[in-house]
Amino acid sequence: MIITEHISKRFGNQQVLKDVHITCRPGACIALIGPNGSGKTTLIKSILQMVIPDSGKVIFQGEDIRGEWAYRAKIGFMPQMTRYPENMTIGEVMSMMIDIRKDQKNLDEELIDQYQLKEIYHKRMGTLSGGMRQKVGACLAFLFQPDILILDEPTAGLDPLSSEILKQKILKEKARGKTTIISSHVLSELDEMITDVIYMQDGQVLFQKSLRDLEQETQEVKLSKMIAKIIA
Amino acid sequence: MNKIYKHVIADIIRNRIVIFYTLILLLASLSVFSLEDTSSKGLLSMLNIILMIVPLVCLIFSTIYMYNSSEFIELLLSQPLKRNTIWWSLFIGLITSLGLAFFVGAGLVILIFEPSFLGLMLDICGLLLTFIFTAIALLAAVLTKDKAKGIGLSIILWLFYAIIFDGIVLFMLFQWADYPIEKFMIVISMLNPIDLARILILMQMDVSALMGYTGAIFKDFFGTTGGILISFGTLMLWVIIPFACSLRYFKKKDL
Amino acid sequence: MIALKTYLILFILFALSVPYTQANTWYVGKNERFKSLASAIQQAQAGDRILVKPGIYHEHNLIIDKALTIQGIGLPILDGEGKYEVLSIKASQVTIQGFHIRNSGISSLKDLAGIKVYDSQYVQIINNLITHSFFGVYIQYGKHCTIKNNRIIAYGKEEQQSGNGIHCWNSSNLQIQNNVITGHRDGIYFEFVTHSIIKNNRSFRNLRYGLHFMFSNNDTYISNVFTNNGAGVAVMFSNHVNMFYNTFHQNWGDASYGILLKEISDGIIQGNRFEKNTTGIYLEGVSRVKMNRNTFSNNGWGLKIQASCQDMTIHHNNFMNNTFDVSTNGTLVLNNFDGNYWDKYDGYDLNRDHIGDIPFRPVSLFSIILEKNPTTLIMFRSFISALMDKTEKLIPSLTPEQLKDQFPLIKPVKL
Repeated sequence: MIITEHISKRFGNQQVLKDVHITCRPGACIALIGPNGSGKTTLIKSILQMVIPDSGKVIFQGEDIRGEWAYRAKIGFMPQMTRYPENMTIGEVMSMMIDIRKDQKNLDEELIDQYQLKEIYHKRMGTLSGGMRQKVGACLAFLFQPDILILDEPTAGLDPLSSEILKQKILKEKARGKTTIISSHVLSELDEMITDVIYMQDGQVLFQKSLRDLEQETQEVKLSKMIAKIIA
Repeated sequence: MNKIYKHVIADIIRNRIVIFYTLILLLASLSVFSLEDTSSKGLLSMLNIILMIVPLVCLIFSTIYMYNSSEFIELLLSQPLKRNTIWWSLFIGLITSLGLAFFVGAGLVILIFEPSFLGLMLDICGLLLTFIFTAIALLAAVLTKDKAKGIGLSIILWLFYAIIFDGIVLFMLFQWADYPIEKFMIVISMLNPIDLARILILMQMDVSALMGYTGAIFKDFFGTTGGILISFGTLMLWVIIPFACSLRYFKKKDL
Repeated sequence: MIALKTYLILFILFALSVPYTQANTWYVGKNERFKSLASAIQQAQAGDRILVKPGIYHEHNLIIDKALTIQGIGLPILDGEGKYEVLSIKASQVTIQGFHIRNSGISSLKDLAGIKVYDSQYVQIINNLITHSFFGVYIQYGKHCTIKNNRIIAYGKEEQQSGNGIHCWNSSNLQIQNNVITGHRDGIYFEFVTHSIIKNNRSFRNLRYGLHFMFSNNDTYISNVFTNNGAGVAVMFSNHVNMFYNTFHQNWGDASYGILLKEISDGIIQGNRFEKNTTGIYLEGVSRVKMNRNTFSNNGWGLKIQASCQDMTIHHNNFMNNTFDVSTNGTLVLNNFDGNYWDKYDGYDLNRDHIGDIPFRPVSLFSIILEKNPTTLIMFRSFISALMDKTEKLIPSLTPEQLKDQFPLIKPVKL
């Protein structure tokens, strides 16, 4: 589904990605974990072409994405704590996104309903709290029923209730066979959802393993324990 | 064709600074025209606003807007959109709203008080300078990663085009006073859009003085249809080239 | 005694009656006794009247050597065929009226004219149309002549191929009124002409000057309009010339002036309007001229006053919308500029006496720089030039310290 072939990226004199080679098969739910500054966000950005790798290539559903843009219609991306144009209302942001993907007819408004976003559609983005903006981001990611979900620190800033709603939504989509990549620090919340783990450190992939393999290797149930054992 | 520029315009038009800019322009233009006995003094004040304030506001506002929109740009980039489309939309959004702000705040007032070719020339030059300095701001923003550096670069660019460049030209004029450098000066003036706009307006405003002296040489160029077309062509290039450069750079930029 | 008185009365009656009793009216035309004007002039006596019917008359050079009144009916055409002087007046008290005179010859040796007056007095040239002529009306050694209501039109392209519209030389007591002159070298030309009046004429699109004065004293010109002439109006080497209520408009060009004044003294320039000229008035070597109640608007330069001018009083003039109000070439100022209205004045009037409380310096630094380095015009109205002007206003260094209006008016002078 998504394969990154030996991609490397350098910002100035800092090597942020070093020969990163990962594979995401369809239907997988991958946890992208690692310490701060390990290159998780850059990897995600490379998949979305926000960052253009110095070498290597990204294969999306069998095709090199270099110079392509239409493939992103199949991706639902939820960025890490983002800001929106201050003077747009939530409703306007939604309608702008719908405007961009005019061809997409079946909209998934489940999350919008659960977060009761429509009631505050008239509010301007500039007046919203971080958590509220995060909810908007989550709704946008799921809105177009994408094949692949890329969620960057999805629960950061969300209250526990909203966080749980989001988690249930991810599980539901996983059950429908969607491919999901979640980057997160909070390992505990990933336990029930994921099928695979990619661990990154200093711009390199330390390992990519299925959860089952990890369990067998470490004889642990909790993801955080497994990781701790492997790293040690 | 994607219509995100419509959404961008809708966002910028409601920006407090743009509204403030429009109101200040309106206040300034109405007061200079109604307080002065003759419209020519008002026009002179408007000329200074167009040559100084418009480039400054466009540069700084556009640079800040681009920095503040970096996350919004990221969000757009995660959508099935070409980078081209995104950059174009932001540019069209900015020039439409800033152009509209200029036209409502100053352009209309000028046309009401000076419904002549001179008034039209002031309006056209004001709009073109709006476009040019927005394009330059986009280039400044795309070239620098840091917001403070970007704003600093814009201010330096403004100082250069509005003041330093003229100082250098004046110095050259005194240095080479004994040489026939009129034609060379025409070429030099093309290198600064503010100067070019100023000379085009000068040709309408001070036509009597320009008929005399060396003025005739400038008049022979800037006063003819061909010269005016070349001048406007050059001003258009001043929009196109910085924007094209910023677009090229944006296509390769990591966000 | 009584007899003497009676004789005297009889003599006077007789003397008065002679011209009237013998005055005849002759007709010239296709169906009249005289087919040509020349034959009628030959037949006529001094004091007779010749009426000319409509038609085209090729008369070569007509010489009028007796006091005749020659009058056209329905604008008959006298054609010089591009070879001859059409009418040569060599007698006093001749009146030429109502003709269309055209195609005088062009010569580089002789000043051929449509109508030329030689050494005569009380000649009247009225209501004629003179076209395509080298000189229109030419007066030499004329006195008390009147040139009125004529239209003098040429289509000259080069100065050499074109004479003056009304050319007066060595004459006095002329009256030139209500004429329209266009397309000549100079519209009206005066050389050694004194005690004359030029009034209500319109002189436009002439190749050189609309009006040209040389060595002509004690003349007055009133309410004329000079527009679009190659170099405006020139008044040189003359004294006691008065200029009232004339309009000088759109005299544009490199060396073009509303009026060029050179070596002039003791005149009055009052109530004139100078509009859209490259230079309103250029003054060089002018002394004791009073300039008041004139309006200078939309000129490149209102006044260009050279340092060679002295004892000028310039007051109650309006200076509005000029690119530069006054410029000069030196620092010596022997003229008085008090009490004018300057629209560029931005002082205040705290005691409300309609006179600004701080003096106004009409010469800007930039105009001085421009005088020395004309190419700097390209920098005009830039921020840096404005900055220089403001600095100079505070601390005068290059502009003449003495050239200032001590009592600048707050409101324009009502004219």
